[in-house]
This record gives sequence, C-alpha cells and structure tokens, in this order.
Amino acid sequence: MKEVIKAIGNVFISMPKGLFVTFKHLFIKPVTLDYPKQKNPMSPRYRGKHYLERYDDGTERCVCCGLCAAACPADAIYMEPDETEKGERCAKVYEINLLRCIFCGFCEEACPEEAIFLGQEYEFSAGDRDSFIWTKEEMLVQHPRKDNPLKRVIRRVRKVYGVTDKVK
Amino acid sequence: MSIQKTMTINMGPQHPSTHGVLRVVVELDGETVVKARPVVGYLHTGIEKTMESKLYYKALPCTDRMDYLAPMSNNLGFCLAVEKLMDIEVPEKVKWARVCLAELTRVNSHLVWLGTHALDLGAMSMLLYAFRERELIIDIYEACGGQRMMTSYIRVGGLAHELPKDFEKKVRKMIKVIRERLNDYETLLTNNEIFIQRTRGVALLSAEDAINLSLSGPLLRGSGVARDLRKDNPYSGYENFDFDVAVSNSCDAYGRYLLRIEEIRQSLRICEQAIDGMPEGPYRAHVPGVVLPPKEDIMYKMESMIFHFKIITEGFKAPTGSVYQAIESPKGELGFFITGDGTTQPRRVRVRPPSFINLAALPKMCEGGLFSDVVCAIGSIDIVWEKLTDDVV
Repeated sequence: MKEVIKAIGNVFISMPKGLFVTFKHLFIKPVTLDYPKQKNPMSPRYRGKHYLERYDDGTERCVCCGLCAAACPADAIYMEPDETEKGERCAKVYEINLLRCIFCGFCEEACPEEAIFLGQEYEFSAGDRDSFIWTKEEMLVQHPRKDNPLKRVIRRVRKVYGVTDKVK
Repeated sequence: MSIQKTMTINMGPQHPSTHGVLRVVVELDGETVVKARPVVGYLHTGIEKTMESKLYYKALPCTDRMDYLAPMSNNLGFCLAVEKLMDIEVPEKVKWARVCLAELTRVNSHLVWLGTHALDLGAMSMLLYAFRERELIIDIYEACGGQRMMTSYIRVGGLAHELPKDFEKKVRKMIKVIRERLNDYETLLTNNEIFIQRTRGVALLSAEDAINLSLSGPLLRGSGVARDLRKDNPYSGYENFDFDVAVSNSCDAYGRYLLRIEEIRQSLRICEQAIDGMPEGPYRAHVPGVVLPPKEDIMYKMESMIFHFKIITEGFKAPTGSVYQAIESPKGELGFFITGDGTTQPRRVRVRPPSFINLAALPKMCEGGLFSDVVCAIGSIDIVWEKLTDDVV
C-alpha cells in the first residue's frame, strides 16, 4: 500500500517536474545548426582533407622522401620520385587514397619538409570510387596564394608546431 | 507429436535496441524468458591481428576504433602497456593531462549510455540532451587531437601535441555545464515512475554471479562489489586524486543508472582536480630513438632529424617480454597484453575487452524476467561492438 501511494505521489509530483524541464527547453536557444547554410568552424588542429604546401616562390615543398608513406598506418599514400630541371628532387606522382585514409595525421607529423598538411575541409563525398584518389595536382595549393581561402588556416596550423619559414 | 510449450524468437542482429549487431536467441514461455543466448560474431574487426602486423606507434590508431565512445581510454591503455614494456617514464604533466582526458572519455561514454538507455526505455528527450552535452567534450577532443572521435592523441611517451591554450577554459566550462545539467537529467529520470517501473528490480545480478562471470566496471560495482582499478591498482598517477568509488547495492538496472550518474559526478571532480593541479613541463618524454623529437627540433638539429627518420621508417625496438596493463575504462577493465620479441612489431597483442566479458551476464540477467526487459538488460550492460567481437576468432 505504501509503495502504491509513493508511486502515485511520484506520478503527480515528479512527472510534472520532469515535464517542466522539457518545457523549459522551448525557450532556450537551439544548439543545432542549419547545416548547409551555417557551418561550425573546425579547430585549428582539425584533420580534414590533405593539401600540399609550396614555398613562397611557388616551388613545391614535397621532395618525395617517402616518410609520409612510411608513417601511414593504412598504406594510403603512393609516390614516385622525379627531378626538376634544376636537378632538385620532387614528386612525379603523389596520390592519397581517401578510401584507405583514416585521417590520423601521422603524415603531417612525419613530414620533415612541412609539405603535407591536413586541412579544414571535410566535405568531399563523391559518386564514384575513382574520384577518391587524390592526385598531386588536386592537393597542391594554388601558387599566388592571394585568394586562397586556406591561407589563414595554414598559418594557424604552422603555429601548432611553432615553425615558421624563417631560419633561426 | 508433442506440442512445444516454448517459442524461440530471434532478437536482432538488426534490432535498434541491441546497440549494433547483437543477436539474442530468446526462448519464451508466454512472455517470460526461459533462456537467452547472445550470439556474437556479426562484426569481426580483427583489430588484434592488425595491430600485430604494424609497428608499435602505427598500431595506436587501431585502439581508437575498438571503442568509439572512449578513444582516449583505449589510447591510454595501449600506451601504458607499451611504456611498461619499454620502461619509459613520462613527465608529470603528461600523467595529469592523461587522467583529465581519460575522465573526459568516461563522462562522454556515460552520457551516450544514458541517452541511448533512456531512449530504449522510451525517454526520447534524454537522448537529445545527453548528446548536446557530449558535444562539449567532443569539442575538447577536436581542439586537442584534431579529430572528434578517433583522436589518437595519447601517444607512447606522452601526447601528440601540446595541450591547446584554451584547454583549461573549455574543460572548466564543460564541468560547470554538465554539473548543472545532471540535475536536469535526474529530475527527468530518477523519480520518473515509468522509468522506475522499467528498471527497478529488472536485470538482477547478484554479487556472487558478477564475480563468477569475471565482470568489471559499473556492472560489477552495480552489484555491490567496490572494485575500481583506479583505486585498487592506480595507474598514470590516479593515486594523487581524491574521488569516491560509486557502488550500488540494489543489483538492478536502476541501481546501475544511479551509479553511472554518480560516476559522472566523480569524473568531473577528478577533471577539476587535474585542471587545478596541472604541473608545468614537457608534453613528451625525452627518450631518443623511441619518442619523436619535437617538430621544430628536426629542422635545425641533426640528431633529432636522424631519430625522426629512424623512428618513422623503422619504428622502435621493444625488448623481449610480456606485459599486462589494465585500466578502468568506462565499460570496465580494459587490459592490454603485449608480447615483444625484440623487433619493432609486437609478437602478440591481446585485448581484454570489457564489453565482451560483461555480455556474458546477459543470460543471468534476462532469464526469468519478461521479454521486454531484455532491452533494459542489454542497455544496462553498456556494450560497444567494435571491441566486443574482436575477441571472437
């Protein structure tokens, strides 16, 4: 009998209290975003789509040393070396297979030339499997970086590691 | 021909309340469960074998994927085991930061559990609130490691990067908000008659059974056995923290709910202490040839550059021997058994997955109860599948 009374008490006292909590939320600003129109900014360390850096004069930073491919736990990176006209090493082929990539960021950490970074872009769905193989041309940043939206981000990512182009 | 009195029903593998692909073969007499047999193996990941074929540092991202709700705990368990094998001492700051991050994962995992368990029992808004608060923790992960779920932030010998500048501010805000909102959750569920009717006296499990089935974590403590590896066998500097081990003597799903809420509170307490007392220092141990040197060093120092290349291409060699390191993950005792054979790859990696071992309690919890309470029992075990079926080979 005692339990029944307690249960009835619960129904009439505790349940309205709970309902009040839900009701309160009608007047709280929603936390959801109207996604394609509004986007949450990602943190500076966010590991999204890869991009390959250039020096300020436009030459590619990547020298095809293969450390990123060695560090990759998913074996997603494939590269073939080549030489430029000046006799410098560069990458002839540089491909990342997105379908294998796990976005762990090990390539970014391994790169001794500061060439590969994981950017902020996270919308790269596609309809066919071939477009998930990113080539060097797709990943290299545009040369005059003036109108490159990634520029701000690059500086911030560099800051994470505390490295600048200036030689100490 | 005799008439069969019981009816056998397949619950799952594609059932929303089984949290993945669990199949339970339930034998029913009317509405009472006579026999329940969980069938695992629908999701085999083979993570242990994958880890054995990789260098030590490359095996780390696999641990994230064992339990997607508690990535930092898994990282921590693996790193502690490798550090034990290699005999590496990490700086004091790393220990404190790791404790803070591991407790964040506990809050994260328990919040998801709370939301999904309440949803299984018919409380929809609880799920939305729990996921809203979880977002705060996920944001901290993102600021630290760069990824929202598969962080790989805790590394062998330290952390991947320095803690972000606004880490303290974010954690303090998170602690404040979740403390406040926990009261809301309790208003919604603790005295809710529907919730009480669905959970009190349901999924009973005695302390004796719990010990015999070698259960761990909230499931064991929910049966009145105060065993917590953080207290009993402290790792990563847990002995410096002041917290209570939550125990519930009621042995039912309601008790486990109250226990997990209390655990969230205790975790927040630990987080606060860790933030308050975080010592200054490097974020990585200085062990040349094993731990990566800081990135700025490799640009200007020859030795650092050589070690950087050597560690990344060859990995580091671990001595011959076996270690077992267990940590208290949100689901229970998560143990890593690693055998090194003097090469750069582990010879054997064995994971003690808490979800798999805790699932063994399901028949004991269900048998004799009602069919609808099977959902409640599965929910109160708190299973995560990735780690679970890893064991079934």
